[in-house]
Amino acid sequence: MDRCTKLVDVGRRQFLRGGALAAAATATSVALPAAPARAQVALARLDYPSNRLGNVADLKPNEPFDVTYPDENAPGVLLKLGTSVEGGAGPDGDIVGFSTICPHKGFPLNYVAADRTLNCPGHYSRFDCEAGGQQIWGQATQNLPQYALRVDEKGDIYAEGVDELLYGRLSNVL
Amino acid sequence: MAYKRHIDRLPIIPADAKKHNVTCHYCIVGCGYHAYTWPVNKQGGTDAAANAFSVNLAEQQPADTEAWYAPSMYNVVKQNGKDVHLVIKPDHACVVNSGLGSVRGARMAENRRSDKTGTQQQRLTEPMVWRYGTWQPTSWNDALDLVARVTARVIDKDDENDLFVSMFDHGGSAGGYENTWGTGKLYFGSMKVKNCRIHNRPAYNSEVHSTRDMGVDELNYAYEDYTKTDTIMLVGTNPLECQTNLFLNHMVPGIRNGAKVIIVDPRRTVTANACEVEAGAENVLHLAIKTGTDLALFNTLFTYIADQGWVDKDFIAASTLGGDVAVPQDEAHPAALGSFEMARAKCNMSLAEGASITGLAEADIVKAAEWIAKPKEDGSRRKCATGYEKGIIWGNDNYRVIGALVNIGLATGNIGREGGGVCRLGGHQEGYFRPSDSHVGRPAPYIDQLIIAGHGKVHHIWANDHYKTTLNATEFKREYNRRTNMVKDAMDAHAGATREELVEAIVGAINAGGLFSVNVDIIHSQIGQAAHVILPAVESGEMNLTSMNGERRLRLVEKYMDGPGNAKPDCLIAAGLAQNLERVLREDGREAYADQFKGYDWTTEEDAFMDGYHSGNPEVTYDRLRAMGNNGVQEPVVGFENGQLVGTKRLYTDGKFTRHGREDGKALFCGGEWRGMQAPGKAYQRDNFAFLINNGRANVIWQNWFLDKANDFVSDRFPIPYIEINPEDMAELGVKAGDLVEVFNDVGATQALVYPTPTARRKETFMVFGAPNGAQGNIVNAGTNELILPNYKHTWANIRKISDAPASAADLSFKSMEYSAG
Repeated sequence: MDRCTKLVDVGRRQFLRGGALAAAATATSVALPAAPARAQVALARLDYPSNRLGNVADLKPNEPFDVTYPDENAPGVLLKLGTSVEGGAGPDGDIVGFSTICPHKGFPLNYVAADRTLNCPGHYSRFDCEAGGQQIWGQATQNLPQYALRVDEKGDIYAEGVDELLYGRLSNVL
Repeated sequence: MAYKRHIDRLPIIPADAKKHNVTCHYCIVGCGYHAYTWPVNKQGGTDAAANAFSVNLAEQQPADTEAWYAPSMYNVVKQNGKDVHLVIKPDHACVVNSGLGSVRGARMAENRRSDKTGTQQQRLTEPMVWRYGTWQPTSWNDALDLVARVTARVIDKDDENDLFVSMFDHGGSAGGYENTWGTGKLYFGSMKVKNCRIHNRPAYNSEVHSTRDMGVDELNYAYEDYTKTDTIMLVGTNPLECQTNLFLNHMVPGIRNGAKVIIVDPRRTVTANACEVEAGAENVLHLAIKTGTDLALFNTLFTYIADQGWVDKDFIAASTLGGDVAVPQDEAHPAALGSFEMARAKCNMSLAEGASITGLAEADIVKAAEWIAKPKEDGSRRKCATGYEKGIIWGNDNYRVIGALVNIGLATGNIGREGGGVCRLGGHQEGYFRPSDSHVGRPAPYIDQLIIAGHGKVHHIWANDHYKTTLNATEFKREYNRRTNMVKDAMDAHAGATREELVEAIVGAINAGGLFSVNVDIIHSQIGQAAHVILPAVESGEMNLTSMNGERRLRLVEKYMDGPGNAKPDCLIAAGLAQNLERVLREDGREAYADQFKGYDWTTEEDAFMDGYHSGNPEVTYDRLRAMGNNGVQEPVVGFENGQLVGTKRLYTDGKFTRHGREDGKALFCGGEWRGMQAPGKAYQRDNFAFLINNGRANVIWQNWFLDKANDFVSDRFPIPYIEINPEDMAELGVKAGDLVEVFNDVGATQALVYPTPTARRKETFMVFGAPNGAQGNIVNAGTNELILPNYKHTWANIRKISDAPASAADLSFKSMEYSAG
């Protein structure tokens, strides 16, 4: 299944205007889902797939690593922040993962390494990757959906849940 | 960790859900929304046929989709006594917002009271009376009887001066044409209450007297003018945060069409940043003036533009008054009004002088003048659309500075024409329909100071929270608490007394200097802590409600849910109070006075609308407004044709100016010369305290946080108001990000969290206003202009550390609020 091309196109138009590079929208490495996602209707919380998104060795400090979760149509990013943060995974407690679709209107976010934020070219919203995706300023009415990550003994990084509703879907698992 | 709802799916709106027209009830822009409701035991499905959007919801939806809603747009509420699902989502077909939702409006559903989801449990559900040492729930009859009996003791047919009234005059929220009429008919029709004030200022007056006196209504354009202009001039306003979708849906397209932007503001705001992102820095001119020197800037621009001959001579000749002074300066007019030449002489200011006073470079003033008025190469005139707001309304020398700005618009022929306008951007929506207020007088009584001085015996408050949003609030609260506590003491001392004995006790206390306080509101407000009777009101959507936005766009919000408990529309509360006053006065044998309180036999808000607004605008009815949907009709409504109300896109297109009431239809210029820091005590503060405490709104918070203080998303971001401070000032103060600091001066003290702000100028801070746990008004002195317009913006204070960041603030982000493309 292809990524949602219309969604990316809207973002690209905006990026060109702002002269920015679409870090989050131009995937260079996308890990395939390890298990097919499926909708659940009987549970209080959705049954999320446990997907391998990459390995600790794939991550370089403060460089976004593009992923998708819980399926290929939901772009996101893994970040090795370099300093431990609350909710951070991995041996250094500094690996975090976020959706990169703005929860306001669905535009792709771009990563600004200088202050470790994700920024929306659509309506200027900003999210702090070091503070659980807190919206620093913006029009979204929720903070940025963050992945529940697990790192195994081999260094493989698995996403196993999302803590907010993803833009463009009324169920995180379609 | 940042607040997360852990909601990972939402009920789907079924195809047959009820759909209601909704205009957002927060800011003046009035974005269109729809409220969908359906029974709690039903749900739609992902199949296109099974949901309200007719799309396959088992697929990821694209950006800007109509077929998605955030958890903040969802709730479970009561409708006709039954639980229903509620989704309030932006309307893509509404010309105001085109599907955009702001961080405030898109939380409307979440900010409704719900017994099922537990949101907004702070909403009042029943009348309460001070009894047995606290507030006890009671019936409407009991509460209104007590209010009427005490009130009737202090008013008489020829003297109602001991009744003080604080009443909202706005639309949206719990205001609107229905509720301003209900309260207006009571206090300005049945009574002629002189000692009254409005929700955000300490007197009953206009915020923009001068533009009206000049003949120019402050809301004279259409939002589309921003998309059809050459230059957008923004003065003392921060529309990206305060009128978000006006900026995003009208100004940004205008900028993308090539409009240049002039921003007059001592502070660099996110609006300035966004304009630079969209237009390129070379097309944005931020005039970061010395605070309070707007008048000098405008007079210099006016002089320079006139000297260059860049004025619209034909317009001036045809549409403005000739001669000399038409209205002399006097107690009610802080500047003379009259002809263009009169104003030129009075306002004359050289570039050198203007630059010196404002702190700007002469070249930047010239550039601004060129962007406003220099004819294009083909000789055609430039268009300039100007928006202004609290930076000058709540700033230095209100009357003259607004007049000076309107002077520029008139001189350049930019009012009443496409791509023009000189307009307030506004706070709330509007919805004012009341009997004349001329008996109040001008200057109007300064209510807060009169209360502090011991005047007034009974105080009726309609959705005003002076404790959070007035000036000189430290002293006001201290005195208000003291005077209302005298009455509470008297009531406590008469526990178990009969109604007659209780009323006697209360009257005894107020004659000894006490104050009986009646509070009508949707929540138990801070000033409501001093109240003796509390009456619960409903809001927009819990009643049908009409308002107009900043381009005079009138819409009907259709009631989509029940109000909390026994809460009622303000208009019906006012009617109940009038009926009780009539009854009590008749029992008292005061028949003639009692007769004045007839005419309130309304059973619905629509009855109040028909009795009020409809009587002055006979074409307008609920049915017709409902049919006009979320695009409504722009006031004034001038007809009804082919099943549609006919409105007015922009005012004064015929070149006739009427707001001052002059029959000649000629606009007047304002001859107000620069006179320094005008309001009493401001220069003293400036010279004796280290920091300017500029203040205003923040994007995520609506108004004085009345609902947002109980919203988890907002209170997680800002548990305490923040104060923006330059990092070098922080180093000198020995404070770090998130530290709790005390801000104090000669009139009071308040508190805030330190937000490091490299773009802030040294010694110039900015603090969020109206916060429940750090009211900026505590440190604003009592000084106003001659017409009792407060100057909240000009406050100076010292700063000291109270403590390290409280636990609630320890994990907050304190990064720059400015968007970065990376």
